[in-house]
Amino acid sequence: MRPLLLKNFTATSCIGKGVTETLDNLLRQHSGLKRCEFETVDIKTHIGEVTGVDEIRLPEKLRNFDCRNNRLAELALHQDGFAEAVQGCAERWGRRRVGVFLGTSTAGILQTELAYRDRDSASGALPPSFNYGSTHNSFSVADYLRRRCGLQGAAVAISCACASSAKAFGSARRMIESGVIDAALVGGVDSLCLTTLYGFHSLQLSSPAPCRPFDVARDGISIGEAAAFALLERVPDGLDGEAVLLLGIGESSDAYHMSAPHPEGLGARRAMQGALDAAALEPGDIDYINLHGTGTPSNDRSESHAVTSLFGPTIPCSSTKGATGHTLGAAGALEAVISALAVQHGLMPGGVHTSEVDPTLTALYIRDNRRAPVARVLSNSFGFGGTNCSLIVGRAG
Amino acid sequence: MRLSAYVGGLGVLGPGLANWPEAAAVLSGRQAYRPAPAVLPMPTMLAAAERRRVGRVVKLALGVALEATSQSGENPAALASVFSSSGGDGHNCHELCQALSLPGREISPTRFANSVHNAAAGYWSIGTGAMTQSNVLCAFDASFTAGLLEALSQVAVDQVSVLLVAYDSEYPPPLHAKRPIPDAFGVALVLTPQRRASSLARIDAVFSESIVDRFVDPCLEALRCAFPAARSLPMLRLLAAPSTGMAILEYLDVSRIRVQIEPCA
Repeated sequence: MRPLLLKNFTATSCIGKGVTETLDNLLRQHSGLKRCEFETVDIKTHIGEVTGVDEIRLPEKLRNFDCRNNRLAELALHQDGFAEAVQGCAERWGRRRVGVFLGTSTAGILQTELAYRDRDSASGALPPSFNYGSTHNSFSVADYLRRRCGLQGAAVAISCACASSAKAFGSARRMIESGVIDAALVGGVDSLCLTTLYGFHSLQLSSPAPCRPFDVARDGISIGEAAAFALLERVPDGLDGEAVLLLGIGESSDAYHMSAPHPEGLGARRAMQGALDAAALEPGDIDYINLHGTGTPSNDRSESHAVTSLFGPTIPCSSTKGATGHTLGAAGALEAVISALAVQHGLMPGGVHTSEVDPTLTALYIRDNRRAPVARVLSNSFGFGGTNCSLIVGRAG
Repeated sequence: MRLSAYVGGLGVLGPGLANWPEAAAVLSGRQAYRPAPAVLPMPTMLAAAERRRVGRVVKLALGVALEATSQSGENPAALASVFSSSGGDGHNCHELCQALSLPGREISPTRFANSVHNAAAGYWSIGTGAMTQSNVLCAFDASFTAGLLEALSQVAVDQVSVLLVAYDSEYPPPLHAKRPIPDAFGVALVLTPQRRASSLARIDAVFSESIVDRFVDPCLEALRCAFPAARSLPMLRLLAAPSTGMAILEYLDVSRIRVQIEPCA
């Protein structure tokens, strides 16, 4: 594929609002996970909650989009001068030439969960204030952002569970390459809700403790929330060597099980190989892998298998989910931004909370930060339904 | 911008429309449209345990996907896929929200796993063994055209043959009052980069701001409006004849997609 420029990017998660805080917390190996006290949730688990989301107010004319997910999108949009960068992009290319591609798994479903508690006692009807289309529906966050930013190009929500916002880059890339648009606002937004907190608990996939990816005693995920965005454009002439590019994308399906990964990671391997092929790179060209690394016994085993079968056992790998939690549909975009920071700052972030790496996992899992030039990072995102996506980001020069 | 592909197979299922031949007969005026509840097939491609777990929306998506791929003669496991739905499994969603509103909040792990928007795509991949790229989209009422743009861009850029499946089914009360989709409607198309012996027509899509095509027949127009996936009907009408022509399909706000159909005689 033709590389694309990550012209601007930003991320907001429990380790920071914007890239400066995020980088700082990665450098300090600080985790944002804390005991779950979200809403009325009564589960012994840890979560990665973004503070201050409830205080965010949406603009008056978009008030019908009001829900936690769109508030989180609004909060993140104003970090790192990203909203201004989007306006600059719209002015340069024209509003109809800039698309919106947003990954989300649950969008504003929290709004529906709350509405179900507030049903009319006689008729069972949901409250009149509840608006399905602009909150619950998967498209709501893409629709909110395109209206908020005044973008009129192609717009869509990508909802492939935990691979959603990695795959959003794939959709945007095809639309740019085919000439449908010239630039894209790409990213992911997923916010805390009861469906995922109780859902992963019901599957016994969430840990009572902060998640410990690749640990010998790992016992599940910690759910987090995040919004992460990038502006994607064709690579211009005379690019600064410090610029960060999207070099490759690989997508695949496991064809195996709805909620369990292929035991040997065949689908994962296929996605990673696809990303290498798209970038015309060899495994040895990758310096660091930002793993999907959820901290469930099965994901980490399967992913480790897939990584070593393709890259061998010496490539440094880690999961940043010990710091951020698993931000589900936003994870792909959040970790793409973390990968871009890794490239810009020569940082391989060590995996937080993991105290003893599982000796049966053959991938080289790093627990301490490494500072070294990082030319290219591969980032994995896998989801329920057996959907996989790998991204490769790298320095322009 | 112009995106092009060849249509190699179609599947349709909806109220009063059991399959593509029946839909084609109605859309080309050879048969009157008689609305009746959609009858969804059992997804025989799935193992018995999985078959029991799937809801109406998955049966719908798999049904039209299978019809389109069978007609095209393509190996389903070799096709990339794009699944686009305005909602997902409304009944499953209702059960989860209901359970979460009650004391105890005991929810079924299977219901949770099935709640992902990509459930139908996951079951399709499991049922056919397709390890290919599969994307799952939502654009509310524009979900069909958003899916069409994605599928055509995969054909154009990745030079792959793509199965496009657009499908919507109902929410039960109380969500039904907020999103009144009346029943189930799905459409599937196999799109290939090159013309094949089995190709039915060439399709070219561009952005447009023309007036959306509607049906004179009030029942067909009601069908078009009732389901986001049925916004495809003006295009399907051209494919039914098949005849050369243009169809203007709804997209976002004032934006439309103009589809040009050229039959492969």
